[in-house]
Amino acid sequence: MTKAGSGTPVAAAADAPAAAAARLPRRRGVEFSLLVLAVLLCVFGYCDVGLAQHGTVPPGAAGYGAGLGVLALLAHLAVRLRAPYADPLLLPIGVLLNGLGLVLIYRLDLETPGDRAAPTQLVWSTLGMALFIVVVLLLRDHRVLQRYAYVCVAAALVLLTVPILFPAVNGARIWIRIAGFSIQPGEFAKVLLAVFFAAYLAANRSALAYAGRRVWRLQLPTGRVLGPIVAVWLVSVGVLILERDLGTSLLFFGLFVVLLYVATGRTGWIAVGLLLAALGAVAVGRLEPHVHGRIEDWLHPFATIEAGQGASQLAQSLFSFAAGGVTGTGLGLGHSVLIGFATKSDFILATAGEELGFAGLSAVFLLYALLVERGYRAGLLLRDPFGRLLAVGLASIVALQVFVIAGGVTGLIPLTGMAMPFLAQGGSSVVTNWAIVALLIRVSHCARRQYDGRVAP
Amino acid sequence: MTRHIRHAAAFCVLLLAALLVNAARVQIVQAPSYDANPANRRPEIARYQQPRGDILVGGEPVTGSRDTREHLRYERTYADGPLYAPVTGFASQEYGTTLLEHAEDGVLSGTDPMLTPFPLFHDSAPGRGPGGDVVTTIHPAAQRAAYRGLGRRKGAVAAVEPSSGRILALVSTPSYDPGELSGNGTAATRSWARLNGHPDRPMLNRAVRQTYPPGSTFKVVTAAAALDARVVRDVDAPLRSPDPYTLPGTRTRLANASRGCAGASLRVAFERSCNTVFAKLGVDVGLARMAATASGFGFNDAGLRIPFSVARSTFDTSVDRAQLALSSIGQYNTRATPLQMAMVAAAVAGGGQVREPYLVERTVRAGGGTVAAAGSRPVRRAMSPSTAARLRQLMTDVVENGTGARAAIRGARVGGKTGTAQHGVDNSGVPYAWFVSWAQGHGELEPEVAVAVVVEDAAADRADITGGGVAAPIARAVMEAVLASGGGRGEG
Repeated sequence: MTKAGSGTPVAAAADAPAAAAARLPRRRGVEFSLLVLAVLLCVFGYCDVGLAQHGTVPPGAAGYGAGLGVLALLAHLAVRLRAPYADPLLLPIGVLLNGLGLVLIYRLDLETPGDRAAPTQLVWSTLGMALFIVVVLLLRDHRVLQRYAYVCVAAALVLLTVPILFPAVNGARIWIRIAGFSIQPGEFAKVLLAVFFAAYLAANRSALAYAGRRVWRLQLPTGRVLGPIVAVWLVSVGVLILERDLGTSLLFFGLFVVLLYVATGRTGWIAVGLLLAALGAVAVGRLEPHVHGRIEDWLHPFATIEAGQGASQLAQSLFSFAAGGVTGTGLGLGHSVLIGFATKSDFILATAGEELGFAGLSAVFLLYALLVERGYRAGLLLRDPFGRLLAVGLASIVALQVFVIAGGVTGLIPLTGMAMPFLAQGGSSVVTNWAIVALLIRVSHCARRQYDGRVAP
Repeated sequence: MTRHIRHAAAFCVLLLAALLVNAARVQIVQAPSYDANPANRRPEIARYQQPRGDILVGGEPVTGSRDTREHLRYERTYADGPLYAPVTGFASQEYGTTLLEHAEDGVLSGTDPMLTPFPLFHDSAPGRGPGGDVVTTIHPAAQRAAYRGLGRRKGAVAAVEPSSGRILALVSTPSYDPGELSGNGTAATRSWARLNGHPDRPMLNRAVRQTYPPGSTFKVVTAAAALDARVVRDVDAPLRSPDPYTLPGTRTRLANASRGCAGASLRVAFERSCNTVFAKLGVDVGLARMAATASGFGFNDAGLRIPFSVARSTFDTSVDRAQLALSSIGQYNTRATPLQMAMVAAAVAGGGQVREPYLVERTVRAGGGTVAAAGSRPVRRAMSPSTAARLRQLMTDVVENGTGARAAIRGARVGGKTGTAQHGVDNSGVPYAWFVSWAQGHGELEPEVAVAVVVEDAAADRADITGGGVAAPIARAVMEAVLASGGGRGEG
């Protein structure tokens, strides 16, 4: 698919100008077939949960399938209408991951009859896909966003600051509660910051790359160029430490370093970035007891068992993954609910790992990897620096977020609270992820359209 | 810029690889050790995910399972908890399993590989199959009669079928309801603390896990040894036995509770339970032959399982002659479980053969197929058939003319032996009252039941302390229940 879909046009454009007039396949039919497959897979999972738990197909299966199908169809029509050259994999992957997340949350709801999260999550998913449709319909060209870079950064800072005024939930000040819905504004800030970083770096990349003093082998940029961006980064990271949301802090930092490197090509940035990260990690690990505990947990996940206090959340999560083995217990037949707190949000992957096994977990990882790869590919195809940086930035958000939370719950890195994109319970996260997919659709549409000989670039 | 995007993409590939490798580590490489971690509750959840197999008495289950809809889903229930507690034991989510619940746990919980139709493929099949049932040899009417007979007294009853070794009754009082311990809530914790702290130790299975000095009931063993060793050739010939008897090598003089023991014949001495005669007989037989006979009956065997383990009954083999004299009348270090004394009575009833006792007739699959059946049990010779025949006569005399009159059953041949065992510092405790007996219904070829009864706290009234007062009627009720159903297999 890669070769046929987007590999050929690159070669065609570069090597054979005569072929430029050829018609480029739009591949909307492929997208539609994949969407049908994604919806069917989700409905199958939903039925599987009901069959495993009660021996009957759950009564809502038809409604759930129809709802997801209609939403997917509307999104597909929007893409057909306004982004016909878009990458055909992006939307089906989003639908499949979102549907799978709903199945997993519905499955965990059966274990906690007093706390049903799936209906709310369904509402948020609908909102997210509605936002996707709106973005695809209204945003005709991603370059428009470049003009609003400073509006974006201002909005991002406001969104990051607002939760400080609200009471802390589970030790973190990252939620605001309005009319029964809790919103995590920091999630939206991710996209806004990515837009700002992309716009700013696109505008100033030559200055960042070539100006300034040279220290040993590292070429330092001038303070005038560097000032604003470091200031923004410091403020956002400072706010996050105040809010005790280390996962998001880590994500912003990683996004910043990746975009800086891609924009300037200076390895010096990576060295500086890693140095800063190391210093920050040591300082926070020493000073912040909350974080210190997380690191201790990561180094000795079974320490609480040896101390006779029972298994910690991380230990329970590891037990869950281990219980899945290669093929998993089957949907509805695991006991990931033993993790206790945050099973449906931060630890949702444990349920996937236990009930779908290593095979299913790998498939989920590969879906994310495919999503990221499509983003990077759009970045490679585009010609305008802003679009390239935006595509890479958005894809990197997904990649880093998956790595931070999946690595955390599987004991690869210290655990930091963060939502698994699309899978985890959390409305703001789902809406944000649909916004990311919508932007990637738009960017990939622009990227491929320029190779269609019949369309003026 | 293109090159740098590719580098960033390579970095993402690295992250993906790290995630996949780590997932493989957790889910495949480390999985066995995580699965076996004691804090991992999954094995426990799987264990209680399905109803436990049942324990059957007389064709009816005496256990059940209750769906709690909790994490540990099914909880054990008992239909007649206190009555069958010495057979079933308990199956607790918090405190483990005991007795049959423990010994047959593999079958009951469904993990026994023999439960699957194709045992060889068991390892490849995920999960566990439904639990199987355990069919016991217990005779419900006999069990009930023993339990009712003991009433509020502290004691135990064991009854076996002499021809097979099947255990017909196993009762221990005071008892407890094992169902109280089934769950994992605070109620179970409270019951556990209460039962363990109770001065009467209701969870002690006195029929198999407690040994008592057998007192005069041990004279059956001594008589068997004396007859087999031909120390006594004629049960009616007077024996040269003084009263009182000075223990050899000491100045301690042993006396009798009854008169007419000086120079009495074996028959008279057995009837009157003369300590002097049997103490001297033990010494005359000698340590080696006494020990051999005792172990022939099952003493000093620590390996007996019915299928749960039975406490070792002891006959001390490193004693001097004075201690041997006391050991031969069931004192000093001689100790026996009620089940062991039932085996002594069964040996006499069964023509000198001791069949290893057993409690499980067979285990069956949920569908009904037999997993394992009891089959034939090892047989041991305790005495010669002629000795057994003469002892049967002596024991019958005890019931017809002597201290065991209250065990007599109309229309049946009953043989018995009473016992009163001193214990405690300077014999200060209330003596244990014993009665061992067997019964043969009219027209039957051989005795159908042998029983041993011990009552720990018989009333202080001296007449009741002798086994004939308190213990014999209980033995009689048990024997009657078995005879009434036409033998041990009547209701099985």
